[in-house]
Amino acid sequence: MAGSGTAHLRPLDETLLRIEDLVVEFPLGGGRVVHAVSGISFDIAKGETIGLVGESGCGKSTTGRAILQLPKPTSGAVVLNGQNLAGIGNERMRELRTDVQMIFQDPISSLNPRRAVGEVVAEPLHVWGPAEKDAQWEKVAKMLDAVGIDPDVARYKFPHEFSGGQCQRISIARALVLEPELIICDEPVSALDVSVQAQILNLLEDLKAQYGLTLVFIAHDLAVVKNISDRVVVMYLGKMCEMSESDELYANPAHPYTQLLLESLPIPDPDVVLDRAVSEHDELPSPINPPSGCRFRTRCPHADQICTDVEPTMRRVNDDHFVACHHPLVPVEEVAVGVN
Amino acid sequence: MTAQHALVVKDLRTHFTVAAGDVKAVDGVSFTLDRGKTLGVVGESGSGKTVLSRSVMGLNIASNSKTTGSVVYEGKELVGMSPKEMKHLWGTEMAMVFQDPMTSLNPVVKVGRQLTEHVRIHLDVSKTEARALGVELLRSVRIPEADERFDVYPHEMSGGMRQRVCIAMALACSPEMLFADEPTTALDVTVQHQILNLLNTQQRDRNMAMILVTHDLGVVAGRADEIAVMYAGKVVEKAPTKTLFKEMHHPYTQALLWSIPKTAQPKHTRLSAIAGRPPDLINPPSGCSFSPRCPYARPICREEEPVLISGVGDDHSYACHHPVGSPAGQEAFDKNLEEGLPQTLVAAGRIQATEDLPTTWED
Repeated sequence: MAGSGTAHLRPLDETLLRIEDLVVEFPLGGGRVVHAVSGISFDIAKGETIGLVGESGCGKSTTGRAILQLPKPTSGAVVLNGQNLAGIGNERMRELRTDVQMIFQDPISSLNPRRAVGEVVAEPLHVWGPAEKDAQWEKVAKMLDAVGIDPDVARYKFPHEFSGGQCQRISIARALVLEPELIICDEPVSALDVSVQAQILNLLEDLKAQYGLTLVFIAHDLAVVKNISDRVVVMYLGKMCEMSESDELYANPAHPYTQLLLESLPIPDPDVVLDRAVSEHDELPSPINPPSGCRFRTRCPHADQICTDVEPTMRRVNDDHFVACHHPLVPVEEVAVGVN
Repeated sequence: MTAQHALVVKDLRTHFTVAAGDVKAVDGVSFTLDRGKTLGVVGESGSGKTVLSRSVMGLNIASNSKTTGSVVYEGKELVGMSPKEMKHLWGTEMAMVFQDPMTSLNPVVKVGRQLTEHVRIHLDVSKTEARALGVELLRSVRIPEADERFDVYPHEMSGGMRQRVCIAMALACSPEMLFADEPTTALDVTVQHQILNLLNTQQRDRNMAMILVTHDLGVVAGRADEIAVMYAGKVVEKAPTKTLFKEMHHPYTQALLWSIPKTAQPKHTRLSAIAGRPPDLINPPSGCSFSPRCPYARPICREEEPVLISGVGDDHSYACHHPVGSPAGQEAFDKNLEEGLPQTLVAAGRIQATEDLPTTWED
């Protein structure tokens, strides 16, 4: 199956991570296959935050995990620091994983309930860090302090003694303790209250500046993604719809799906008219048998015959903005470039 | 006056006795609700908003819980009624849509049977009639192919569809009052929008009273007629929606609104998180329970608990010594700024950065 094109990729030497035509499929038996991710390409420069947005089932988490080769992608390249992760052996991959860490959605269940916080955060160091307990604790204490948890208070406490926001801070400390280059944040604030969410987002921004981190930020809330990301990738049913610099994306959405997502956002202003375009019949089609052509066509108000017959590829709106749509909402360059 | 309201809640308190003392989850809440109106209850986790809605419905039946005060529904006093008596009200008079559609349906019972179980109990209809009614209900909550969907298990449906089934179930016996407890928190934005629109349409069509509980001011902004903001088991501010957004007086309401990221702001805008954590409900701080986190807090706030008073119009009430936008509030804010109170410095930075000035005091 053809991907969405690679016109939007930057030269390889400018990027820390490049994902090219990534395909992840899960066999179901009986010859049926879940097409979780079908030809995604994007890249991340060092120090950048890229946001992946889309509804449940669009493949954003699978993409995040595929970067870590968990599981290994069906096809496509994941190039980290010039090295293609697809071809390398398990032992080398294990080493490389110290450079890429992950923060998960549910802060409470992603910490082992039977181990004290000091232990939880120190665990990566048991494998990769200094052997001496004191040196390990020094690093752990430094990280806990950096995320706003008092190390001496937390050391012998258990995860259940902390609130959701604090547990998420502890998860962040655990991800940071090996000093990775890239952190994949898989819906890190979706389970938190708005006020705590703001604390965690501010913390991520601070840590990013302090440790020179590069972030992949996966979320379904466009307002959150906009706040933290430099560039945003909008995904739908395993495909890329649009990729843009984030201010530009919100000012001039080019893909009807991006517009749908933006219109669905709850806005804390009682004067905003709510009878917007979202149809109540909308259901996500099955990724086992995705629609032909443009996968969004079954829900798209602009869809016509070409959307059924031809799959759209990424086209350029401007240097920082690309869209895969036959009927984009803003003018694009007519010639499709970089078709596979 | 009282006779017209569908629901009158007065000084409702629900306390849970635990080893460490009494958890004052709901601590003196009063409000009224009319038929056809929506009350939005907003607050952080642990503010008591869920316990409030459950207390009104009489669902707090844990042996360590104690509810006092008064809940008058259509002239009947509900506090003190036994679960056996309440049974006649649940479903037919008042119903609830729960937060998590994944776990509030029984995974091993077909959707249709769950949907019509209480219909058969309350309405005394035959199996065939119940099925027809169930299919009709599924159709009314816009589930495609309702006839086939009647016979599937919950896991065969998406999250949004399951929440629609839960709504259909709540509506099955045509209740007069609907409680929606964070009905969309577990769902995607697009599905959230659909579900909230659906709740609104159903409420309008059936002229129900609705209590919409959420932590997101954005969810209730365009949908509730009135909003009650809860903190530490108490209502700290209550006003008609438009009034609340135009001139919020409680610093907590302001802080809640400020912590929501907005798409209109440029990327990397620093969010104003609320400093600190929600209070301990067993031993709440003395005075105003928000005072340790409040940019407007002065010594009096830590000593004397503010009472809920009505401000300019009599439909807007708030409990604060130094309301946002008032001369007293401004004075407290300036003094704190001078003394360098951390949360005040943060708030001042926010005001400066966004020019999001507090509304000024009228009259």
